[in-house]
Amino acid sequence: MELIAQGIAEAIQRLVTLDPDVRDAASASLVVSGSATALAVLSGIPLGTYLGLARFRGRSFFLSLVNTGMGLPPVAVGLFVAILVWRSGPLGGLDWYCTRPAMVTAQYLLAAPTVIGLTAVAIQSVDPMLRLQLLALGATRWQLAMLLVQETRLLLLTAVMAGFGAVISEIGASLMVGCNVKGDTRILTTAIALDTSKGEFGSAIALAVILLVLVFAINAVTTWAQQRPRPA
Amino acid sequence: MTVLEASGVVVSRGTREVARADRLAIEEGETLAILGPNGAGKTSLLLALAALLPRQGELRLRGEPLRDELAYRRRIGVVFQRPLLLDRSVRDNAALGAELRGATRAESRRRAMETLTRLGVAHLADRPAAAISGGEAQRVSIARALAVSPELLFLDEPFAALDAPTRESLIADLARLLREERITTVLVTHDRDEALALADRVAVLIGGRLRQLDRTEKVFAEPIDAEVAAFVGVENVLAARVETATDEITLMRVGGATIAATAAPPTEPNVLLLIAPDDVVLSRGRETTSERNVFDARVQAVEPIGRRVRVTLDCGFQLVAHVTRQSARELALAPEQRIVASFKATVPHLLPAHRDLDSP
Repeated sequence: MELIAQGIAEAIQRLVTLDPDVRDAASASLVVSGSATALAVLSGIPLGTYLGLARFRGRSFFLSLVNTGMGLPPVAVGLFVAILVWRSGPLGGLDWYCTRPAMVTAQYLLAAPTVIGLTAVAIQSVDPMLRLQLLALGATRWQLAMLLVQETRLLLLTAVMAGFGAVISEIGASLMVGCNVKGDTRILTTAIALDTSKGEFGSAIALAVILLVLVFAINAVTTWAQQRPRPA
Repeated sequence: MTVLEASGVVVSRGTREVARADRLAIEEGETLAILGPNGAGKTSLLLALAALLPRQGELRLRGEPLRDELAYRRRIGVVFQRPLLLDRSVRDNAALGAELRGATRAESRRRAMETLTRLGVAHLADRPAAAISGGEAQRVSIARALAVSPELLFLDEPFAALDAPTRESLIADLARLLREERITTVLVTHDRDEALALADRVAVLIGGRLRQLDRTEKVFAEPIDAEVAAFVGVENVLAARVETATDEITLMRVGGATIAATAAPPTEPNVLLLIAPDDVVLSRGRETTSERNVFDARVQAVEPIGRRVRVTLDCGFQLVAHVTRQSARELALAPEQRIVASFKATVPHLLPAHRDLDSP
């Protein structure tokens, strides 16, 4: 009990004084996971919208791939990206190993399937009669897609939050390709793991509190989006 | 002038044909109701006419063959059974069609406010669509369709999801609007009252086929066959044999009774005699009626149907009458009661006998 009490007291002190190690890890987490999620949104929402609207041969297979991607083990992604950016790997020339771009790449591969898959589901969940109504109002295919994205924006926000939630709390891939370099590629999860292994529970608890607050905020926004009233 | 002409239009699902219109023309300013039971293919036909469903056949809008579906859809308006509003303000919903068709935001909003005013919902303009009632939402949906000044308006059972008072008030307002502004309209409905209230002409669609297309009064008074008769509410379809026919009157035998009709008989002696239940009058005694066809009857069943009461009678043949609730109370109608049933000689409509019905 004493160990826990000491840890909590130290955590409070580190949070109140904005401890540089805690601040660096939190900001690195936000930058890396935020960038990966932004890239996943930029590519995933158009692709998910296309998958939700279009009918083509192989669509089910493609959706199955996307759904499989939503459950990819982070360490497998970490291994794949590590091989890619390894000095002698196909992208070795970029010199990304143990850098934030490698972490962003790995986290993008983890977040994108979630954004694509949930976007496709959101677009497909729109009443088929609404699509007909919009076409009847004179919408082009492009206008239809834009209107459906606007109409499902709260569900898409859920997709974005789910993507962000998946990467902000992952550790395997980030550790493998980022190497946990202090002040650079050390993020909340990798820092918590390191501090715990060293017995520095105060620092680990402070970092965990920040991580939990972020995850709670994501879920709060998602819940609000899902519970909003909709037009008849 | 013909606004829309459909020739050989066929809608299929897989290999099954769900609706067909060999020739259908909608004239400028008229309201045509496509009336039919559930599953008759009414909505499929409407979607095909609105170029919203794949189809065979040809559509011509003001004589121009349909080549570009988007351009065609930008000349029409469609209102569905549900309002299908977007998650935005009432004004923005009403302005959407005009905006999609290239009008500026200001112009779209001006047109939206105009039609919202005509539909009596301008006061809701700033409200979110999610915060208005179903009836108000359907008014907004109609306003949205009218805001694009459509050359042809399609209405797909727009009152079906509304409660009775809301429905009645919207039908009355829409009837006034369509009449005053001479908006060319195709209304799809399964409700006879809606067709009677709104339509200049009625096309009866049963089993995916247009069975009768004529002026509204004519379809309801002179259905073309027993199935159409049953659907337009002519419950009494009696197999009869012509006994004598003069220029003025035709006398027919039905069961043990004789019925007189002013309608000219078909060439064959076996006929179907159609009598609308609303045209049958019930009274306590023969002295109170001057009708040509008067029968002593026994009440078999009395069933309330909405504001009316359906009375099944045995007159030597079975006859159904619809009376008001007040009449039913005054006559104290009950099973086994003796009553007098009568109807004018102008009431029966005669058709050649259907081979499936037994002749007397």
